[in-house]
Amino acid sequence: MSQFALRLDGVYKKFRKGELYDSLRDLVPALTRRLLGRTNGRAPGGSLAQREFWALQDVSFGVARGEAFGIVGSNGAGKSTILKLLSRIMRPTRGTLSVDGRLSALIEVGAGFHPDLTGRENIFLNGTILGMTRAEIKQRFDAIVAFSGLEEFLDTPVKRYSSGMYARLGFSVAAHVEPDVLIVDEVLSVGDYLFQQKCFQRMNEVMAGGATVVFVSHNLRAVARMCERSLLLERGRVIEIGPTNAVIRTYLSRSQQARGGDAERDLQITEVSVTGSGEPRVAFETDEFVEISVAATARTAHRDFSVVISIVDENQYLVFDTCTQRLGMGPLTLEAGETLRTTFRVQLRLAEGTYHVNAYLHHYVTERAYERWLLATTFFVAGTPSVRGVANLAPSLSQCEKAMAPPAAPSVAVLVE
Amino acid sequence: MQTALKYLVARRDLLHTLAWREIRVKYKQSVMGMLWAVLMPAVIVFAGVLVRYGFAIFSGKSLETDDIASVSVRAIPWAFFVSSIRFGTNSLIANTTLVTKIYFPREILPMAAVLSQLMDFVVASVVLIVVLAVLHVGVSVQLLWLPVLIAILVLLTTGLVLLLSAASLFFRDVKYLVEVLLTFAIFFTPVLFEASMFGHWYTPLMLNPIAPVLEGFANVIVRHVPPPLPWLGYSAVVSVVLCCGALAVFQRVEPYFAESV
Repeated sequence: MSQFALRLDGVYKKFRKGELYDSLRDLVPALTRRLLGRTNGRAPGGSLAQREFWALQDVSFGVARGEAFGIVGSNGAGKSTILKLLSRIMRPTRGTLSVDGRLSALIEVGAGFHPDLTGRENIFLNGTILGMTRAEIKQRFDAIVAFSGLEEFLDTPVKRYSSGMYARLGFSVAAHVEPDVLIVDEVLSVGDYLFQQKCFQRMNEVMAGGATVVFVSHNLRAVARMCERSLLLERGRVIEIGPTNAVIRTYLSRSQQARGGDAERDLQITEVSVTGSGEPRVAFETDEFVEISVAATARTAHRDFSVVISIVDENQYLVFDTCTQRLGMGPLTLEAGETLRTTFRVQLRLAEGTYHVNAYLHHYVTERAYERWLLATTFFVAGTPSVRGVANLAPSLSQCEKAMAPPAAPSVAVLVE
Repeated sequence: MQTALKYLVARRDLLHTLAWREIRVKYKQSVMGMLWAVLMPAVIVFAGVLVRYGFAIFSGKSLETDDIASVSVRAIPWAFFVSSIRFGTNSLIANTTLVTKIYFPREILPMAAVLSQLMDFVVASVVLIVVLAVLHVGVSVQLLWLPVLIAILVLLTTGLVLLLSAASLFFRDVKYLVEVLLTFAIFFTPVLFEASMFGHWYTPLMLNPIAPVLEGFANVIVRHVPPPLPWLGYSAVVSVVLCCGALAVFQRVEPYFAESV
């Protein structure tokens, strides 16, 4: 028994663009060519033939027992391929891979459903496909149904379900497999807010039971919240493995940023960062004090500008905006070759959510932006359950007492000529 | 292979559930329901009686009840064989979402297809028993051969279905090839007729490994004599070798299913 619940060692996976031999007619010429020794169809292992590409290259990592491990990366980075290899749906072209214990994958929940069967029948069907015995399903049946909240529709064929109901039933079955290793891919985007909270809770329960979780999501906030360690993939290669905060920062800084401005780029923002208690981070608690720094460089002399920062929420709505001028600093001036670093100290009186920082260099007189860096960096705030929305107005309950309602007065207006 | 078999045994619940799913789905939203299990053998019997009637006129003999019983007894295993192959060949392609999304031993899909057809076989057999009773076909100790015959039939069918389902996943041609072969196979197989009617063509006919099984069914149920023994042994060997070989091949190519389907 190793300390790792799962482990990948130098894993490569090759895929082919276009079609394989799609009929016998294509196969026969291809085979004859191969027999005659002209290997233009498929190159020997290790190198790439025409139309082939590496979906994964030299991927190695281990996940310890009971750990929650995140995988982040943009579309096409190879995240789903890793999950398919882990769940044994595919095998690596090269390298070794080991999983210790029963593995369950929430890759596409409800994949095993048959549309003509009822919810009840599909619970048994999907449950056995996912590796439970009938006895286990019977034992957990009530829990599964209660979790899905679909008691009324149990005897309705699932083809009549809405897509949300379908996904809820699928997640409910999959979440009750009680695996040693749980793989979660982007399934938490299903259902409404309450159901998502339930899913998170269930995942925490599974983890509390000692299971190992591998979590793949574009929802970086969820990754930051769930996983201590993460892996950043880019075009099939491992870019970074380490604490989730650092990995997400690397990911965000490497992804495309919207930059622009009216002037030539001879006054430029070079860095925007958020630090808390002295170190750069991406996940914060509500009410925490953080410092937002903006660094700029001038190639030619610039005068009369201010530094502006704004915080927007996930939907790009402005949450907060401030600038050096409004904070009492006069017009700033930079000579050619000089750099400037401005640091704003703010208290994150924000509710739970994902927030982005925009930074601008603003000209005093013309009221135009020299330089604009939108979505320069992103951070997440973990809130308290008592607050929802964007702002944390630090609520407390000052009164909650009962009294008899006064007798209702007749409230009829009579119109008299 | 041994570990694979152990794994299969561990997932027998899945085999049952998938077979049960096929049966459920087949009879849902259908008016005839279980009657469908009887329809195909009934059509074969009808065709068989017609053919036998033709033979009878040709040879100047009358059509005997034993002839009708013999055709009926052959029709049911043949119907099982044909529909298992037809249904099983498509079992992997029809379940693409499962093959590409969830891992489980894929052998279970074609096996469940065969198992669900076995259900039809049982239903049709019950009807057959009634028909045989009406035709006054008696019983004898030879009926003890039935489990052996059914075992060979199921092994042969499973072996073929394993090979064909995997092959059709890579090449869709297989599906159409199977359709064509199944349509005409009845002419090369002693279903509507008896192999012995063909004189020195008896040997080539019996080389078809399903032929001794069908002859066997007719022998033990209708004629109360043992099955054609050396030939049945041949069938048994072919079936076992085919089934083991097919399982080995299936497991070799299984890792490529998800990316090739």
